[in-house]
Amino acid sequence: MKPVLEVRDLMVTYPARRGAAPARAVDGVNLQVGQGEIVALVGESGCGKSTLARALVGLVKPTGGQVLSDGVPLGYSAAALKAYRRHTQLVLQDPGGALNPRQNVFDAVAEGPRLHGLTDRLGERVHTALAKAGLRPPEQFAGRFPHEMSGGQQQRVVIAGALALEPSVIVADEPVASLDASVRGEILKLILELRDSLGLSALVVSHDLGLAWNIADRVAVMYLGRIVETGTVEEVLLRPKHPYTRALLSVLPDSGEPPVLLTGEPPDPTSVPGGCRFHPRCPLRAAEQDSRCDGQDLPVLTGDPSASSLAACHLVQ
Amino acid sequence: MTATDQSHAPEERAAVPMLDVRDLRVNYRGGGRTVPAVRGVSFTLDRGQTLGVAGESGSGKSTMALSLLRLLPSSAQVTGQVLFEGEDLLTAKWARLRAVRWSAASVVFQGAMSALNPVRTIGEQICEPILLHDKVGQKTARARAAELLDSVGLPSRRLGSYPHEFSGGQRQRIMIAMALACRPDLIIADEPTTALDVMVQAQVLNLLGELVRESGIGVIMISHDLSVLSHMCERLAVMYAGQVAEIGPSKQLITEPRHPYTRALGRAFPTIGDPASRLAPAGLPGDPPTPSELAKLNESRGCAFEPRCPEATDACRTETVELWPSGPGREAACLRVLEGSGA
Repeated sequence: MKPVLEVRDLMVTYPARRGAAPARAVDGVNLQVGQGEIVALVGESGCGKSTLARALVGLVKPTGGQVLSDGVPLGYSAAALKAYRRHTQLVLQDPGGALNPRQNVFDAVAEGPRLHGLTDRLGERVHTALAKAGLRPPEQFAGRFPHEMSGGQQQRVVIAGALALEPSVIVADEPVASLDASVRGEILKLILELRDSLGLSALVVSHDLGLAWNIADRVAVMYLGRIVETGTVEEVLLRPKHPYTRALLSVLPDSGEPPVLLTGEPPDPTSVPGGCRFHPRCPLRAAEQDSRCDGQDLPVLTGDPSASSLAACHLVQ
Repeated sequence: MTATDQSHAPEERAAVPMLDVRDLRVNYRGGGRTVPAVRGVSFTLDRGQTLGVAGESGSGKSTMALSLLRLLPSSAQVTGQVLFEGEDLLTAKWARLRAVRWSAASVVFQGAMSALNPVRTIGEQICEPILLHDKVGQKTARARAAELLDSVGLPSRRLGSYPHEFSGGQRQRIMIAMALACRPDLIIADEPTTALDVMVQAQVLNLLGELVRESGIGVIMISHDLSVLSHMCERLAVMYAGQVAEIGPSKQLITEPRHPYTRALGRAFPTIGDPASRLAPAGLPGDPPTPSELAKLNESRGCAFEPRCPEATDACRTETVELWPSGPGREAACLRVLEGSGA
């Protein structure tokens, strides 16, 4: 399966403020999204998952490595980015903030096509996009303003705006985090339907492992700028290898296992520990006392989608 | 003699629960209209008991919780009874209410960042209620604050730090330390972990659970996350459109919900490993009622959940729905419950 979207050895380093060390937000990541595939990228806040999502749509220029779309490296000229974004669209977390309160639904959805000069039969394009996003009948919604709609409907408008350009890939950053429980499932259903009916590929960024179980084919677990475990959802979530993935799964309310509480907060990308970057918090290392954990750096995971699971850990190979 | 005394004592305590809420109603007035946020909620809570209140935004759960200590703005009109140790807090004098707040009942608010004062050290902020309510000296208060900080897993040397020097999870722990400052009998926790990461959320919940077990405090915990609540609380109340849709022991509400809304909420958070939810997210079509729809609901008959209910019948539109017993220690506001007991 040829990846429609791929990153190779991606690095994003934010420059330091006076005196501080630069933040290595994304610190060597390989990841592929295949045609019609849904990949979930999960991790705690500060792990670099949102920076990675922004780099994927060209909003952040990587300081190292490449983003490839259909095998072609992404160019960073204004024209190249504009062309690229017709095919790869970003859906943001908070629909209330992503929509202009003074713009009605029609104009919000038409903004993309207008920017790309697709004004031929614009009305039809907008209505089709609204209908695909589940706002039916579209005529009823086109004239509304964001404040006249519920959170779930607003998120559907944001998704319709992305669909209006007929993209092949959607990058969604926490698409349901700000929505109510009963609406959450409806939006996730929509993403699955879009994959089935349009063959859309998606990378969904979330802190929620349940979301990965609900909609994703493959999952990548990110910790401090690196992917520490990746593979099929079944393999990673049911038979986790990496101690970090295991800890994340154990603290879910109905995991059925005693929770492994990691001490401390997610660490700081301005001071990435040497050796395995998880070693200061790792419960497995505390038990095994292996010298490689803090002495030997781990290679970056290849992100090979044919492997059922890969884990970056000295102790569980 | 002693035996009868012992058996008598808990009975008496059971007769007057620590908190007895009766037909609580809250209306927000403004812009020439009245919006009912809470429409008749009743429950009781004793020392050492934990009650989880679940619901979506707009279900009235936060309004309900804050109205217990009269923490709502003046546009809110609260009726009903909130009997705390037999005393109605809704009619109590302000001086009395001020004495109850912090020392008898305290609140852990949702956004720790905005609830803490950014220009005062956390030591000063934890000491403030102790100095005001317990009439102790600066030194004793300071020592108690250090102890409290220690009990929530933060080093007491950080008493002199400002809120911005802590992470989100640490700030939420400081909020819990503050709520415990005057050794209250009741803690109301309004979405205490909503903005936190999974791992930090687990740490905070673990801490809260331990403190409750050790001290026998009564807890009302508000959240939108049914799975978190069922894990933390013995009893669960699910709110919809300002009313309790179902209330009962947590485990039973999760494993055999009687109200279709409880069922839908429970399915919204999948259990990893459950084949039924794999590549099949479960949602509920439609949206919760808007404020103007709520105002209409108050005047009409029928079930508030009927427009979204997958099991609704004609009777649901016309009959008055109230909480009916649906098993030992549990109630549900659904006509189906009556059918079940009739059969």
